[in-house]
Amino acid sequence: MTQITLEIDGKTVEAVEGSSLLDVARQAGADIPTLCQNAQLNEKGSCRLCIVEVVKGKKRSLVASCAYPVENGLVVKTSTPEIEKHRKLLVELLYPTALHLAKRYGVKESRFDGPRGDCNLCGLCVNYCRDVAHKNVLFFEGRGVDRKVSFVPGKAHECSSCGACFDLCSGGFVVNNHGMIGLNERAYSGS
Amino acid sequence: MPRLENPHELVTLRVRSRVQRAAKPQRISICGGTGCLAAKASGCIEALRAAIERHHLSNKVELQETGCHGLCERGPIVVVAPQQYCYLGVTAADADEIVEQSIIQGRPVERLMYQNDGAERVASLEKIPFYRDQQRLLLDANTRIDPRSIDDYIAIGGYTALERALIHMRPEEIIASVKESGLRGRGGGGFPTGKKWETTRNAPGDLKYVVVNADEGDPGAYMDRSLLEGNPHGILEGLIIGAFAIGAQQGYVYVRQEYPLAVENTVRAIEQAREYGLLGQDILGSGFNFDVDVHRGAGAFVSGESSALMAAIEGHVGRPRSKYVHTSVSGLWDRPTNLNNVETWANIPHIINKGADWFANVGTKTSPGTKVFSLVGKVQNSGLVEVPMGMSLRKIVYDIGGGIPGNKRLKAVQTGGPSGGFLPESMLDVPVDFDELRNAGSMMGSGGMIVMDEDSCMVDAARFYVDFLAHESCGKCLPCREGLRQLLHILNRIVAGDGREGDLELMEELCDTLAATALCALGTSAPNPVRSAIKHFRSEFEVHIREKRCPSLACMDLFHYDINTRLCNGCSLCQKNCPSDAIRGEHKKPKTIDQESCVKCGNCETVCPPKLDAVSKVAGRAQLPEHSPLLRQKTG
Repeated sequence: MTQITLEIDGKTVEAVEGSSLLDVARQAGADIPTLCQNAQLNEKGSCRLCIVEVVKGKKRSLVASCAYPVENGLVVKTSTPEIEKHRKLLVELLYPTALHLAKRYGVKESRFDGPRGDCNLCGLCVNYCRDVAHKNVLFFEGRGVDRKVSFVPGKAHECSSCGACFDLCSGGFVVNNHGMIGLNERAYSGS
Repeated sequence: MPRLENPHELVTLRVRSRVQRAAKPQRISICGGTGCLAAKASGCIEALRAAIERHHLSNKVELQETGCHGLCERGPIVVVAPQQYCYLGVTAADADEIVEQSIIQGRPVERLMYQNDGAERVASLEKIPFYRDQQRLLLDANTRIDPRSIDDYIAIGGYTALERALIHMRPEEIIASVKESGLRGRGGGGFPTGKKWETTRNAPGDLKYVVVNADEGDPGAYMDRSLLEGNPHGILEGLIIGAFAIGAQQGYVYVRQEYPLAVENTVRAIEQAREYGLLGQDILGSGFNFDVDVHRGAGAFVSGESSALMAAIEGHVGRPRSKYVHTSVSGLWDRPTNLNNVETWANIPHIINKGADWFANVGTKTSPGTKVFSLVGKVQNSGLVEVPMGMSLRKIVYDIGGGIPGNKRLKAVQTGGPSGGFLPESMLDVPVDFDELRNAGSMMGSGGMIVMDEDSCMVDAARFYVDFLAHESCGKCLPCREGLRQLLHILNRIVAGDGREGDLELMEELCDTLAATALCALGTSAPNPVRSAIKHFRSEFEVHIREKRCPSLACMDLFHYDINTRLCNGCSLCQKNCPSDAIRGEHKKPKTIDQESCVKCGNCETVCPPKLDAVSKVAGRAQLPEHSPLLRQKTG
């Protein structure tokens, strides 16, 4: 538990070495958007909205702050024109899901077309079911552009209907289906 | 065979193997690599064996099935020793002639030898232009040993480096030597190998791992495959030396299940090495313990990424994780893990045997050594080539590769696999090494080299790679998954003739964000094919978008077939061969094509008599009548 100091947006901040840069920065008052982050979950670095600029020695890089362990002497900027440009494009890629972020970044329409459903694949439901509920009822099926959330074949009945995934889901994809969880058909249909 | 208890017993075994080989000076070697096997090498092997038996020569002549020789275009390849006659494109029917003429009478079978442009026949492998300019440090053993025989490998000097490293060197000395040699990782990143080893060695923890990354997945690349298939002990020797230097007790070879021969030969090599005591407890009496297991990959491109590969070995889905803490510090089961590519490991015995200085003097200053490339695509001699770093692309494509078939013009060379880039004709003089290729907007990657000629459409080529990556991305991080989805969508629109003004700028913007924010190297390098294609071939994109034409006549929706009614004599051959009844016109009268029915199979062009040459491919969409349902489909 080594105590270290780093600079975040011009402020000198003390923190425990190795803790998540996102947590440290938020405690220091930085407003960093996230979609996939949840304190209870192990999975990190999916949505990339929490990117920040880190200068370590002479090296400047963009990192996902949620997965980045803090070190002594880091110089961090949580918002630069470059960062905001990338965040805005990421939000535009998700439009019309994650509307709270779209509002924040002034995204009113998307220049992209093609199928996009309600689910933005933030992974909160899957990760909660695995890491916290220890049920493993949900999983990611397929990879790349084919990735989607599905029930593990034959395990849907093992869902204890804890309902946590309804609350976590920002896309209205996981729905309450007469007390059981159900997967909204619109999720990947793009309609 | 009892295990080798000490270095002396290894030397004794080597002498005995050499004597055994010398007892049969006449040898027929045939390439049993995947390329030659596909060209029916197995049939040749059987036929040669039968021919040898028929002439009662089994006691005098050795028939050896080796690994890949490299000139895959002209396989199966047969080499007859001691004269070193080299025969190309051998079939089972040639077996008798080879045995009778070359073995019994001692003269070459001229018709099977390589023929130069000047029609002069070339007897030996080294004199074929394809091989003349190569420096085959790693691939040489492929042609000299049977990969199923550890004795063969030991006979040509195999495991001498292991003996030297274990008995006469300290781990620190080995790492110093690898650092001095300047060897850089051959998997694509080009990270200094010695430095990586040192980090893993110095990382805290008693239990450490070493891993061979043989999850080669680039389309058109088969360097690692051929090394594992043709000389698995060479890689194993490098791995054991590395494990000793790093202080690892366990190693893994991660090899794709789609490479059955590589899996088979690697598993066998490990068993043989265990039997000889070159793996296991107290290797060669040095007190060093180390063992290796094979992990078969289930065929995901992204599993070639180090952290995804390690997740896969642990039994998880192969998805990358953030590597702000390197795998050399926290890798497999959170232990320090050193992962290197097949070719990197294969270089190690040579560095130990010949010395770091020797190695550093091969190739260029910043990228020493040789590099194996799989030279494929529109090139005369496609195959595996190994050249010193720094050789120009032009020399590789024209001198070694023999240039472009059919007197066509070269348009681009794609290097570095799907995450690499296109280099146009004007950049052919770029010396090939890690840094020069990166400066040129491409990358070394693991060594794929795809040659494209004037018939290749760069928009379609970029689309192909993006399609590959969009489906091979793990899909975890947003920029990679959604960014590639949209890049693919835009490119699909452009090749279908629905490109819009602003598409190029939008793609460039997407590429910037993807490169800056993606989680792993697959994502950050995914924009390379699009970026380099737009940079060097912007006008080709613009013609697709603005004029709805594909100048290379490759994009199905942007060309059509046309019959020149002045040249057509009405023979009706095209009409008879059209599968969709799209040719209109009475017999003996010039024909026309009903573009609505045409499926663009090209049969009409193929069957039209060459003296008429009335059918041609024309860039641009066909003019469809206004009421055409096809037109409504497109615009609707």
